[in-house]
Amino acid sequence: MIALENVTKRYGSSTVVDDVSIAFGAEGVTALIGPNGAGKSTLFGLVGRLLKPDAGRVSVDGQDVATAPSAALATTLAVLRQDNSVAARLTVHDLVEFGRFPHSRGRLTVADREHIERAIDYLDLQDYRNRFLDELSGGQRQRAFIAMVLAQDTKYVLLDEPLNNLDLRHMTEIMRLIRRMADELGKRIVIVLHDINVAATYADRIVAMRDGGVVADAPAREIMRPEVLGAVYDTPVDVREIDGKPVALYYG
Amino acid sequence: MLTDPTVAPTSTAPSARVRLAAAWAQPWVRLAVLGAVVLALVAVYLFGQVPGSLSFALEYRSRTVAAMLVVSTAVGVSTVVFHTITQNRILTPSIMGFDAFYVLISTVIVFVSGSAAFLAFDQLTLWITQIVVMVAFSVLLFTWLFGGKRRSIHLMLLVGIVLGTFFRAFTEWMQRMLDPLDFQVLSDAMFASLTRPDETLLTLTAVLVVLACAALVPLRRTLDVLTLGEPAAVGLGVDHRRVVLVLFGSVSVMIAASTALVGPILFFGLIVANLAYSYAGSFRHVWTLPTAVLLGMVCLLGGQLVLERVLGYGGTLSTVIDFAGGLFFLYLVLRKGAR
Ligand SMILES: Nc1ncnc2c1ncn2[C@@H]1O[C@H](COP(=O)(O)OP(=O)(O)OP(=O)(O)O)[C@@H](O)[C@H]1O
Ligand SMILES: [Mg+2]
Repeated sequence: MIALENVTKRYGSSTVVDDVSIAFGAEGVTALIGPNGAGKSTLFGLVGRLLKPDAGRVSVDGQDVATAPSAALATTLAVLRQDNSVAARLTVHDLVEFGRFPHSRGRLTVADREHIERAIDYLDLQDYRNRFLDELSGGQRQRAFIAMVLAQDTKYVLLDEPLNNLDLRHMTEIMRLIRRMADELGKRIVIVLHDINVAATYADRIVAMRDGGVVADAPAREIMRPEVLGAVYDTPVDVREIDGKPVALYYG
Repeated sequence: MLTDPTVAPTSTAPSARVRLAAAWAQPWVRLAVLGAVVLALVAVYLFGQVPGSLSFALEYRSRTVAAMLVVSTAVGVSTVVFHTITQNRILTPSIMGFDAFYVLISTVIVFVSGSAAFLAFDQLTLWITQIVVMVAFSVLLFTWLFGGKRRSIHLMLLVGIVLGTFFRAFTEWMQRMLDPLDFQVLSDAMFASLTRPDETLLTLTAVLVVLACAALVPLRRTLDVLTLGEPAAVGLGVDHRRVVLVLFGSVSVMIAASTALVGPILFFGLIVANLAYSYAGSFRHVWTLPTAVLLGMVCLLGGQLVLERVLGYGGTLSTVIDFAGGLFFLYLVLRKGAR
């Protein structure tokens, strides 16, 4: 499990993650929801050892991320960040290959190549494998970055808004892929989502954040209630049942 | 990586042009071609237009070639590594004030003890002093601004620029108070000069540069990962702080040693590194680093040949290089702006 114990992160005088204690990353898919600025990406940054907490402790499978060897952690935990850009001219294949770095340190084995091929196939990138990243559409590039994380083949996969820029088809395909990764490969996936209906459909559990704190943490179905969602987003949200599934209505 | 093995061979043999294009896409072919060009230039430089005794000319010229090789390696490698660390391709390590510091140290010596003493100063002592002070300065800057909690490369660069400017201003102030003869001696000494390097210093510099490069060899693949930026590299298990410390140390040593040997060569690294990125045909440091070194040799040797043999000009190569480098820098900035 990924465990945070009384974790606080401040920028100057503003506290963006406020004394959070939570354990997540159980089997299956966990969705992390919450309004802009709630602290979701900051939380990922703390887990992914990009940020140091001002107080508290973050551990992955009992290992403190502050002291565990970075290289070992990279074989158990992969993080897709919210904004990805690369200065150098890389091809899709080059990028996906980097996902194997924690395992191979750059010397690819046959197994590494298989992982790379599988990731490229999964994300439907065969036609673009030799294209440079700056020659792709936003959604194609997003898929290339997801493929890199997939190639990393870790027990925990943290995805910060992976559906950015994706069209309807690729969005549902990626959510199905994520579901399959959890069900077939036993990956534990934590995914930041803004579309709560997507979260309710594909996630087993939903963690809701607001103002730097965790305000709800429950099975998806229990979060899909007007009073809970309304409190998280400060916006009236209606929830209807369609074909036995809860659907949130928040426009109009 | 660049050839596609899944394409089935067609029944008709590919035309020579297609095969040539495919070969040219291979980074090692490009590097080999560049290597051949450098060898040719070296041969022309060593054996062409021998004025008197061949053995004398060879001894004299091969030392210049060796100096060029040391300087190209130091400047090319350190600039590419610096670009990778900072994720910025229009910087040179000189932004951290290395060359300003070098000029400052020399100026202080002339200021305090006069040009006669400066000229009489033991070369080896001067060289060691320069290196120790430059490396100490950069390590201090590094540990202060990157070793602590803040860990910001940008802050470090900013402070480097400010200090560099301060050194230059301070140097200028001191130079104004020198008597004209002292000033003349000093400004002559401050032009980078590749010809007539001191043999001991050349050997020592070469040793330092080789050691610094050796430290980079095990990190070549990690350097590739660093092109993705710090967050992604950390995610892939790179111990960013430690790696950057080693890289930065190696860059400091190389720059300090070569600057202490031949003087400041400002824009040269910027030209060769950027040419290397487009010429190498791969972003991987296994290819870009040697390409930058060889391109440096082409620039230095080619420039020297043109100056010396074609134009019959006895002046220093560095003026020309700084001028060309300045133009190239403008081009880079304008092109970046246009995008
Ligand atoms: N480097 C920083 N310096 C100061 N404040 C920051 C910094 N990074 C983030 N913040 C602040 O921290 C808060 C949480 O940011 P975070 O990126 O974690 O939000 P988020 O939940 O991921 O939001 P979004 O849904 O918009 O991605 C925001 O109020 C943001 O302004
Ligand atoms: Mg975010």
